[in-house]
Amino acid sequence: MVEIVIIPLLKIVIVLVAVLAGVAYLVLLERKVIAWVQVRLGPMRVGPHGILQPVADGLKLFLKEDITPARADRWVYTAAPIISLVPALIVFAVIPFGRDVHLFGLTVSLYVADINVGLLYIVSVASIGVYGLILAGYSSNSKYPLLSSLRASAQLISYEVAVTMTLVSVILLAGTLSMVGIVEAQREAGIWFFFAQPLAFAIYLIGGLAETNRSPFDLPEAEQELVGGFHTEYSGMRFAFFFLAEYANMIVISGVAATLFFGGWLPPFPNVAALSFLGFVPGWIWFLLKVLFFLYVFLWIRATLPRYRYDQLMRLGWKVLIPLAIANVILTGVATVWL
Amino acid sequence: MAEALAFYSLAAFILGFAVLVITARNTVHSVLFLVVNFLFVAALYVVLHAEFLAVIQVLVYAGGIVVLYLFVVMLVNLKRPPEAHQDPRRRSRLGLVVSGIVLAQLVAIAAFSATQAAGGPAPVEASVPVAGNVELVGWQLYTTYLVPFEVASMLLLAAMIGAIILAKREL
Repeated sequence: MVEIVIIPLLKIVIVLVAVLAGVAYLVLLERKVIAWVQVRLGPMRVGPHGILQPVADGLKLFLKEDITPARADRWVYTAAPIISLVPALIVFAVIPFGRDVHLFGLTVSLYVADINVGLLYIVSVASIGVYGLILAGYSSNSKYPLLSSLRASAQLISYEVAVTMTLVSVILLAGTLSMVGIVEAQREAGIWFFFAQPLAFAIYLIGGLAETNRSPFDLPEAEQELVGGFHTEYSGMRFAFFFLAEYANMIVISGVAATLFFGGWLPPFPNVAALSFLGFVPGWIWFLLKVLFFLYVFLWIRATLPRYRYDQLMRLGWKVLIPLAIANVILTGVATVWL
Repeated sequence: MAEALAFYSLAAFILGFAVLVITARNTVHSVLFLVVNFLFVAALYVVLHAEFLAVIQVLVYAGGIVVLYLFVVMLVNLKRPPEAHQDPRRRSRLGLVVSGIVLAQLVAIAAFSATQAAGGPAPVEASVPVAGNVELVGWQLYTTYLVPFEVASMLLLAAMIGAIILAKREL
């Protein structure tokens, strides 16, 4: 009884709280990192070195007036932020944070669920998240959001294809769709799949940037082009939901990259016996370090690269990434059969 | 017992949302009810222990096909169906006739299948050397159903080429 109900519930609560807190502090981290890249300091006033800035931001968004545009589609307008946020959060059910820990005589696995189609679950839930964007733009009954949401959703569904193809090549190597199974396959193979599939990783990273509407693919929400993009007419907590969803998606992409390409909770060089002292560091700390590294890469790219124009963005997705991803799948398939 | 409960409640939701699809006034609402319908069908697949199909249902149907439906509906912004006849009584008479024919067909199918012996084709697990959802589907697709699989991909390719030709202004 305890194992079936209480422990998963506790895991869910812990994961959700950790993700939401992580998202709030990720916003602060982004402002700090971009500031340091631009030789300034970022938020410094609220708390020591701006540590309490997310609290201030959250309070501000909570207390703001909730505006609904006239003649907006009420139900869809209310539902759109929820449809954006819920898929971003429920994906964390299948991301494995570590192997097993032994607490109070129980063996607790550090993931909420290990379903046998875990990777496909992630992709399918991400494709539901697109609806939040489309419906937000449509229901706002306003020009800029509609245009932006059409662009954003077209961008998302285009890059979904390339990202799914790279995941297929990883599945070919691992032989299983389960996330825990993929990490175990990396442990048995003795190398991280990043070394076996560098092209897939590169395509996945670029596609992941486009999937989360991050720079340099953030035209749909760029202030200079489209006022606010699809969330122009949203204020207060609903706007906060869209933001939470975007940053949670960033953490998801980083988590999936860490699990699929960088060995999840495995220490570096898991097959080299001389480095087995690295095993003393718990798996989930390795996972956290890898996710933080990827998040830093996301922020670094934002601080560095200029934005893609929309037609360049679509050209890149369809004419460059998708053929490369398919070629990678073919090569991987051939290599798996012959080697 | 739990399976029957799950099945009937899911079926009630599926049918309810299907009715909402055809009775909603706003076309976008209609498409959204269709999405929810598909999500409940995916839940039905999970109850039937076909998790791979469930996820593919969400990924392809709810997350791909209906998104494109939504694009078209939002851009075209229909107020009422273009070919609807002006006279409402004639419309409802025609609707009653067509739905009566479909109902008769469904009753005939149900009666026919009730008189058949129980049990359809043999379960697949006995004859193939792999186990697990994804492996079974893959095995069947590439051995027993290989020709339909390839023909379906040709069909999709033809549809894609047709769409490109229709949409491009100059080739």
